[in-house]
Amino acid sequence: MKARNPYLADEAGFYGKFGGAFIPEMLYPNIENLKQQYLSIIEEESFQNKLNDLLKDYVGRPTPLYFAKRMSEKYGAKIYLKREDLCHTGAHKVNNTIGQILLAKRLGKKRIIAETGAGQHGVATATACALMGIECIIYMGAVDIKRQAPNVSRMKMLGAKVVPANSGSKTLKDATNEAIRDWISNPENTHYIIGSVVGPHPYPDLVARFQAIISKETKAQLLEKEGRENPDYVIACVGGGSNAAGLYYHYLDQEEVQIIAVEAAGKGILTTESAATTALGKEGIIHGSKTLLMQNPDGQITEPYSISAGLDYPGIGPMHAHLFESGRAKFVSITDEDAMQAGLELSKTEGIIPAIETAHAFAIFKEMKFKKDDVLVFNLSGRGDKDLQTYIDYFGF
Amino acid sequence: MNNRINQKLAEDSKVLSIYFTAGFPTLEDTRKVMLTLQNAGVDMLEIGLPFSDPLADGPTIQESSTAALKNGMSSQKLFEQLEGVRDEIHIPLIVMGYFNAMLQYGVEAFCKKCNELGIDGIIMPDLPLEIYQKEYQEIFEKYNLHNIFLITPQTSDERIRLMDEVSNSFIYMVSTASTTGSNAGFGDEQMQYFKRISKMKLKNKLVVGFGIKDQETFQQATQFTKGSIIGSAFIKHLTENGVDSIPDFVKTIR
Repeated sequence: MKARNPYLADEAGFYGKFGGAFIPEMLYPNIENLKQQYLSIIEEESFQNKLNDLLKDYVGRPTPLYFAKRMSEKYGAKIYLKREDLCHTGAHKVNNTIGQILLAKRLGKKRIIAETGAGQHGVATATACALMGIECIIYMGAVDIKRQAPNVSRMKMLGAKVVPANSGSKTLKDATNEAIRDWISNPENTHYIIGSVVGPHPYPDLVARFQAIISKETKAQLLEKEGRENPDYVIACVGGGSNAAGLYYHYLDQEEVQIIAVEAAGKGILTTESAATTALGKEGIIHGSKTLLMQNPDGQITEPYSISAGLDYPGIGPMHAHLFESGRAKFVSITDEDAMQAGLELSKTEGIIPAIETAHAFAIFKEMKFKKDDVLVFNLSGRGDKDLQTYIDYFGF
Repeated sequence: MNNRINQKLAEDSKVLSIYFTAGFPTLEDTRKVMLTLQNAGVDMLEIGLPFSDPLADGPTIQESSTAALKNGMSSQKLFEQLEGVRDEIHIPLIVMGYFNAMLQYGVEAFCKKCNELGIDGIIMPDLPLEIYQKEYQEIFEKYNLHNIFLITPQTSDERIRLMDEVSNSFIYMVSTASTTGSNAGFGDEQMQYFKRISKMKLKNKLVVGFGIKDQETFQQATQFTKGSIIGSAFIKHLTENGVDSIPDFVKTIR
């Protein structure tokens, strides 16, 4: 028997001491049903065939692994970009929503709910629902609805109902609370498509499996280009951590591959405006999962801050908490300022405008030096169209 | 384990339990609310320890929680306010909150403190049965604290039997698939559910919560069960009418 990968979930959904399902009883039947069925369904050949067809013809996979020549010359290492920004809807999020919508259909669910922060996951969910003709309700913080108006319009155009979350800070964490409450009130006909590797087991594992296609393709593509499957480094930004989980997945047990996770420091980890969970967080429970999270000594969850709405989450997925605690991954935090400059640099050097979330990963060169022959793979998780206004305001274009 | 909760449940009459948020409407109202409820004839109290992200609660309790946190409520503060509570409060007391608060205080330290203050039970909706049994049951029992489990209309009989085995006081029946504060009233479906569970002849008593707001719903909820818990309807009354009007609210229930 193959030994269990120590960096993936065990049967109860724990990654080391993190994970599990700390849920109110009202959610138990739904979560239990999902837990009992998800593996057997997604491993079915007919499910895999349907998923792969959609990923190929609808999402546009495989996404290219692009050798970034000018960036490589500038930083003296071999830099590859995994182009998730070229996925339909503009980010990796759709890998998960296509997988989960097929799963929801197999479970006989007639109604989809989801949370969204910046709106990328909301758009990807609304897209999948439109594709399948299933009712779609997106919870979004009232503050985010104002900040991300174009994505709200996209979701509406795709036929989704966007419901404002008016509780708490009216941002992503509150949208997630509202989605969970909806699920409590609609236990029979509804599937909740969580957008990241967060929430109660089996969600972190489920979402990671749907995103794992990123590293699966990377291995084959790198073999073709470099004659080896394993790079020296894999580098991704982490909010909840779904794009990172996808890039790391098939490299977790390849110890020679160094894993770098980039968190948002916001205005700096010494200020009160930050989202650097591993630097500032402590073990606790958020949205049904034991993980590292930003909280006060009483256990009240504190408000994170980042210029990028997609990294503005007070926790991280339990897989990442375990990668941090075990030392398997190195975590670095990057400020708004450095991320914005890195986004501008990538635009001017390679002709690719990244999402601000993604731009955080490219600021790694401020923090780390690499050797000349080091092979680096970055997850270019999303494109920057949605952030144009923020870039314009920041740089005064 | 046998404490004030068991004694209360052994009495003949139906049990009226009220949930309130500690530190609300003002920080120092906690003890006054408790005393007024006891004097108005309430049988049992659930002291709500406010949490920033209360997943199982509807808007009424969440808003009172947000206000209480703003007022300065915390685990530490609540325990300070409850010093000497047993000099004046004699009915059973249950602390209800979310598990992260216990985890940060330290589960054993939290239980020890509750025991010293004269708390009889704990309700943590997001501490699941399996993890309770594996990691915390011994600690709760060491400090003579009942852990109260929730069931819903979707909970399987098998799981209810499991909870019945692990508990030794009452099982909290969530009336309907919803968060707290639903306003729909009880129809046939709920009545059938109350009856179905009562026919299981569990060793624990049944107490119904979620959606009880007046005399009619209280009577419906207790027709087949031992008692019922009112939360949101009480908080709403308290918000609108203030602490002094608490006896008026209790009179509308029975």
